[in-house]
Order: sequence, then structure tokens, then C-alpha cells
Amino acid sequence: MRANALGRSDPSWLRALLIAVTVLFLGLFLFLPLLTVFLEALRKGLATYFASFTDRDARQAILLTLLTAAIAVPLNLAFGLVASWGIAKFEFKGKNFLITLIDLPFAVSPVIAGLIYVLMFGAQGWFGPSLEAHHIQIIFAVPGIVLATMFVTFPFVARELIPLMQEQDTEEEYAAISLGASGWQTFRRVTLPNVKWALLYGVVLCNARAMGEFGAVSVVSGHIRGLTDTMPLHVEILYNEYNFVAAFAVASLLALLALATLIAKTALEARLESRQRAKEAVDMEIVHEY
Amino acid sequence: MRLPKFKQSSVLPGFGLTLGLAILYLCLIVLIPLSGLFLKTATITWGRFWEVVLNPRALASYRLTFGAALFGAGVNAIFGFAVAWSLVRYRFPGRRILDAAVDLPFALPTAVSGIALTALYAPNGWIGRLLAPYGIKTAFSPLGVAVAMTFIGLPFVVRTLQPAIEDLDAGMEEAASTLGASRFQTFRQVIFPFILPAAITGFAMAFARALGEYGSVIFISGNMPMRTEISSLLIVTKLEQYDYAGATAIAVVILMASFALLLAINLTQWWFSRRLGRSRA
Repeated sequence: MRANALGRSDPSWLRALLIAVTVLFLGLFLFLPLLTVFLEALRKGLATYFASFTDRDARQAILLTLLTAAIAVPLNLAFGLVASWGIAKFEFKGKNFLITLIDLPFAVSPVIAGLIYVLMFGAQGWFGPSLEAHHIQIIFAVPGIVLATMFVTFPFVARELIPLMQEQDTEEEYAAISLGASGWQTFRRVTLPNVKWALLYGVVLCNARAMGEFGAVSVVSGHIRGLTDTMPLHVEILYNEYNFVAAFAVASLLALLALATLIAKTALEARLESRQRAKEAVDMEIVHEY
Repeated sequence: MRLPKFKQSSVLPGFGLTLGLAILYLCLIVLIPLSGLFLKTATITWGRFWEVVLNPRALASYRLTFGAALFGAGVNAIFGFAVAWSLVRYRFPGRRILDAAVDLPFALPTAVSGIALTALYAPNGWIGRLLAPYGIKTAFSPLGVAVAMTFIGLPFVVRTLQPAIEDLDAGMEEAASTLGASRFQTFRQVIFPFILPAAITGFAMAFARALGEYGSVIFISGNMPMRTEISSLLIVTKLEQYDYAGATAIAVVILMASFALLLAINLTQWWFSRRLGRSRA
């Protein structure tokens, strides 16, 4: 091979060794656990597997997970859009500090994310007594689950959009405004189409985390079967009751969601990359013509 | 003298509205609840705080959490390098699938990975059965905690190393080889110094994630106080006993460790980029 002559390629034994290590390590740590989920779920046959989903509590858990994601994801999407417009399209002081604050939830461990809401809204919390006086329950109820989920998925959309919008300069928006478009029209017709794939990418990751969050939700939920039980929490309950087939059956749905997420993510990354390359090619062309 | 302006002027509308809404939402969801944690700590006396934080059971949980997280990040730094190098430099069948699969620990809900790892490493599981004859107990022992923390840290190391390996300057490697360096010398003196910052960053990110991990660990660990109880679980246990102050004290310790690590990651990156910048100039 020519590359070998240039001194950039490794001897073939090293190549073989490193590829073998890669396959074994990823096989052991990624594929085997994933395979286990489906094998354990199907251990007693398809009939038992599907019977696990006829259970009322399992259905309630699936519905609550869908409801939680249906609230948390759109709100964080709206935040991502608003924050990225304000941050990326204007120059102001303290911008980097604000970006750091947006990333903060990623540095907070899930259990602590749940804890802070218990300290706010729990019976002994800051607002506990006044909530109780108005008969509003947040902790050990659905609102707490939604809030904790919103916290842990907070940065996903914003952190995809902000760097991309910073990279794309504001010339296209200036052109739209000077041609008489309103701010909203400019955003909808110019900015949004430019970031749509990154937006979808952020939403996919945000949704996966919203449906799969365990630690934060576990702290605020109170584990009331059929009421404050999301799918990951239901997996835990079934597992602790030694109902392994049912636990892995619910887990297999979450594993399918993870696989769908990975496929969507890979497809979107390919799209983002080809867009990036096309943009670079155009830039090169412009440089060439000068 | 005029004060420097907060914002540069722009013809684009909506700055006040969008930034105002964004900051409001940030305060409501993140900043106010998070500051409640520190306010709560302020209501505990120093004596009580240290008593909770330095309690033997708490100390045992830090030892396990930090030790297992360090172990997991170390395993990932070594094997993650082999994975990242193979995925970037070599072309082999199945490469794209392996590459996409690296993100699985991000995508798979932690409770699911927790029960799957437990089923695998339990004494009657596929891997546990192989290890049992040698007297190695994985599930329900500190080693099991380390296995779970390795699993969740894997993508951090691989995903930070990959771009660094892609960015290696081909000319430098070729020059080293032309000048008579062996492949090993080239690696040690040319390649290694350039990917070291990424390796350190990935290691620290995997370590930080493992410190706060909960879902994937609590099933495999067995949760015996003093032996296999991680700090996150201790927080939950205290909360379940309505010991809010105790839970808060432990949480502050873990949160401070995470923030210190993040700061260290940023400082390392800043320091390396300055050093590389100077050596290039």
C-alpha cells in the first residue's frame, strides 16, 4: 500500500490486534448487555412477553413516560430556539458565562437533580407548607416527575443550536430584514431552515433522555404503582419483585427506543456532515474566485 | 467617559424578548432550584455538616464511588484508545456499526443497562458463570460497581479521542518516519503528545459522569452499607428516611467534586491549547 510507504500506517499485526481488542471490548460492554435485554425478555416465549404489556400498571407507566416527554421536550425545544436566537445572533457581555450556565444540568448528578426539587417543593421544602395549604402536590406526583425530567434534559436542544447558529453568520438574516421581512418571518424562513437538522438531532437526544431518565425521577416520584411510575421506574419495581421476564419486557421497549435513537442520530450526523462539507466547498469556491 | 455598552447594536429584532425568556426559564428550572441546595446547607451547623460528611458510612461510600469511577475511567482510557484508533485509522467490515454503537450507553436508559449488566455478571449469568470458578465475584461486589461505571463512561473517552486522532497532522508522522523513527518512536514522541489533552479530557469526563451515576450501578452493586453502597444511593437512603439535611450534605460533597472536575477539564484544555499554540508559533 502507498500509505505504508509514507510511514502513516501500522504494521499488520498491530492492526489486527487493535481491531480484535475493539471488537472484543465493544462486544463485551455494549452488544452483550443489549442482547441480554431481549433474550431475558423472550425467555418464556412470545406469549409471556406480550402478556407483560397487558398489565394495567405497565400501560400506565408507558402513558406517563409518553406524557412526561410530551411536556418536557417541547418546552426545552422552545427554550433552545429562544436561547440560541438571543445568544448566537447578537453580541453582548457575559455570553460565554450564560452558555456555561445552560450546560450546568449536565454536571449535576441525576439523584441531586431530583433532590433539589424535593428541597423546593417537598413537605419539608421551601414552598412545602404553602403548597400544602392550597392542596397542590408536586413531589410524589406527576408535576415533580415532569420538572425533574425538564431539568436533566434542559441543555440538549440549546447546546446543539447555539454553536451552529454562531458559526453561521447573520448576513442572511440581515438580507431578509433589509428586504422588509419581519423578525418572525426572518426566523421562520431563513434561520430555522438553516438549523433544522441540528434541531432534530437535539430533539432526538432530548427525547431519549426524557423517556429514559431514572435517578432524578426516582427521587421525586414516590413509586406509586399506576400513578407516579414511569417506564424505567416500573422496570425497577418489577425487577425487585423478581418478576424478571416482565421487567426485561418493559426494558426491551426502552432498548428499542435507544436503538431507534442511535439510528436517527447516525443518519442525522451524516446529514449534518454532508451539509458542512457542501458549505466548505462553496466557501472554497468563493476564495478561489477572488 | 462613556460606559462600555452591554450589547452591540444590531438590525435584528427580538434580543430583549428572546434573551429575557431564556434567562427566565433558566432561572426557574435550573438556577433557583440549584441554589436551594446551597441555601439548605447554610441552615445546617458546621458541626452537624462535618458529622454527616465524615461519617464512616459516608467515607466508605466516597471510597467506593471514587475508586470505582477511577477504575472505570482508567479502563476506558486504555481500551477506549484502541477503539478510537481502530475506528478512525482502519477500514474493516462492521466498522460503521461499531462506531454508531459507541453511543449506546448514552442512549440506553440507565435502569435498563443496570438490570442487563446484573443479569450478565450475576453468578448464574453468562459472564458471571465464567468468572465464578476463579473465585471472582463481580455482581454484588465493588468490582460490579466498576463494571457499570466502565459501561457508562465508554462513550466519553472514545468520542473525545476520535476527533483528536482525525486531526493528527499526516506530515509530522511522515516526517518522523522519513527521518528514521520506528513506528513506536513516532507514536511516543509525535502522536502521543498531541492526543494527550483529549485523552485527559475524556478520562475526566468519564470519571465525572461515573461519580454521579445511579441507575446502572444500584442493581449490580447489591447496596450493602459500608461495602457496596455508592454515594448517590446514600443520598437516596437519607431522603427516604426524611433526613433532608443529611442528604443535602452528601449531595454538596459530590456536586463540589463534579464542579471541581469540570473546572479542571476546562483549565487543562486552556493550558494545552496555549502550549500547543506557542510551540507552533
